[in-house]
Amino acid sequence: MQNIQDLEKILNSELNTKIKSSLIKHNQVYLKIDEADLTEVILFLKTNPKTKFRQLIDITAVDFPENEIRFKLVYLLLSHEFNQRIIIEIDVKEKEVVGSMTSIFPAANWMEREVFDMYGIDFKDHPDLRRILTDYGFEGHPLRKDFPLTGHNEVRYSHETKKVIYEPVKLEQNYRNFDYESPWEGTKYIKELTKE
Amino acid sequence: MAKETKTLNLNFGPQHPAAHGVLRLILQLDGEIVEKADPHIGLLHRGTEKLIENKTYTQAVPYFDRLDYVAPMNQEHAFALAIEKILKIEVPIRAQYIRVMFCEIGRILSHILNVTTQAMDVGALTPTLWGFEEREILMGFYEKVSGSRLHANYFRAGGVHQDLPKGLDKEIGKFCERFPKIINDLELLLTDNRIFKQRNVDIGVVSKQDALDYSFSGVMLRGSGVPWDLRKSQPYDCYEQFEFKIPVGKNGDCYDRYLCRIEEMKESVNIINQCLANLPVGPIKTDDGKISPPPKKEIKQSMEALIHHFKLYTEGYRVDKDEIYTAVEAPKGEFGVYLISDGSSKPYKCKIRAPGFSHLQAMDYLIKGHMLADVPAVLGSMDIVFGEVDR
Repeated sequence: MQNIQDLEKILNSELNTKIKSSLIKHNQVYLKIDEADLTEVILFLKTNPKTKFRQLIDITAVDFPENEIRFKLVYLLLSHEFNQRIIIEIDVKEKEVVGSMTSIFPAANWMEREVFDMYGIDFKDHPDLRRILTDYGFEGHPLRKDFPLTGHNEVRYSHETKKVIYEPVKLEQNYRNFDYESPWEGTKYIKELTKE
Repeated sequence: MAKETKTLNLNFGPQHPAAHGVLRLILQLDGEIVEKADPHIGLLHRGTEKLIENKTYTQAVPYFDRLDYVAPMNQEHAFALAIEKILKIEVPIRAQYIRVMFCEIGRILSHILNVTTQAMDVGALTPTLWGFEEREILMGFYEKVSGSRLHANYFRAGGVHQDLPKGLDKEIGKFCERFPKIINDLELLLTDNRIFKQRNVDIGVVSKQDALDYSFSGVMLRGSGVPWDLRKSQPYDCYEQFEFKIPVGKNGDCYDRYLCRIEEMKESVNIINQCLANLPVGPIKTDDGKISPPPKKEIKQSMEALIHHFKLYTEGYRVDKDEIYTAVEAPKGEFGVYLISDGSSKPYKCKIRAPGFSHLQAMDYLIKGHMLADVPAVLGSMDIVFGEVDR
């Protein structure tokens, strides 16, 4: 059995130029790499006898709207043989196209479709990049931070037209987002006043 | 004269009793042979992940009940573990035992539902009626401990919400005495049943390699002969302290998966029995006042407790900036939570890894070349629940 430190060493020696940073946390290896090296690194992890990450657990993205490079794509892999998990992260710009993993892991198909649906990240060479979880004809990417929680359209059955119709969302009461964070430390404007 | 043939496009669902929820399958048929299956999912999409980003950690727990709604507590478990690992909370041993016990009850709940409805899909009605009686009793235990039969909202970061009510452990013990006989009855109806075997043996065969490539987990993986169970390989809570076996299939077909589920139910009963025999006494949640709310009694007398209660139920506790993936062995497979916290009281991102999502993805691969009548059999053996697939 190799432990997690050995795995990090193997990765750093065999892939040294491709790894931007590596870190061990919560008994998992966190790897930061460039988008260009993604296919090669994942193929290495899957096929190398010292790593054997044979299963792609999930692909997901994280949105940081204030960052210059907006998205972070995350690949979670599992090695049954060595009982280890690895988390691979790449930074992706808003309109960047990322290489698809479907040729290495067939399971990536729906996972990439979900990322495309939820975040609007495109994948190159994906066999069937359609929306997956949202409605037919849906617009926008719901998990982006600038997408409103209530959405844009609502659906109802109209008795006049005898069919289901889409309308802009009407709310009796807006979504209330209370700012609970430690009121006794002074509200923001007081902090800003005292600073000046 | 050459015969002219045409492929037929068939729309299966979204409201079909054998679709186990709201699945729309577009099937391309050549006669009765399925050439291609294209599952359209998302009809039950509720935006759980988006909602969780806008709620505090405590408010996010009930959303997990609504994913795989036949085994709610197993999912709460994954979320609770993720927070505990980030905050480095020690969970009291009694709470761990209670959680393991209710996770195993959840496993039985889920497996009864799956085994019996799969039997119903291929033509047997009696197992469903017998099995659901037991599910009622198990859901009764859920109600006694949490106040609701399905959407329990019982697990918390740092323990469970309340202690077991008096006498519940005896009731569960009684159930465990009786239940193996019920499993036996179900087996008498199904295991050697000629029709059941004809419909399931050698149907939907998954090879070891394909099971890995399609990121199968749980029974779908074990049915194909991969001995992998997170309760054994990456034990969480106090699973290390229990003795149980992991049933593994041989052929990877629908019938082996059925057998695995039956055996797993027996093992679950075994684990619950061990829980009850060694149930320790002590607190049921962490005593860290910044995370678990104070007891009701103290609120009436102590100012400190009142403040803590107020803060915990308005702002909620804060979770340090971190990033973590935690997985548990849910009845359907590996259920994982990928959590990014930013130091506030709401998760920045919470990705839910549902086992059913990967399983349903392989529908096209599994059903190609099978008959139309095998679609419900394969679908049934995959154990799909749309709450978790669509999230």
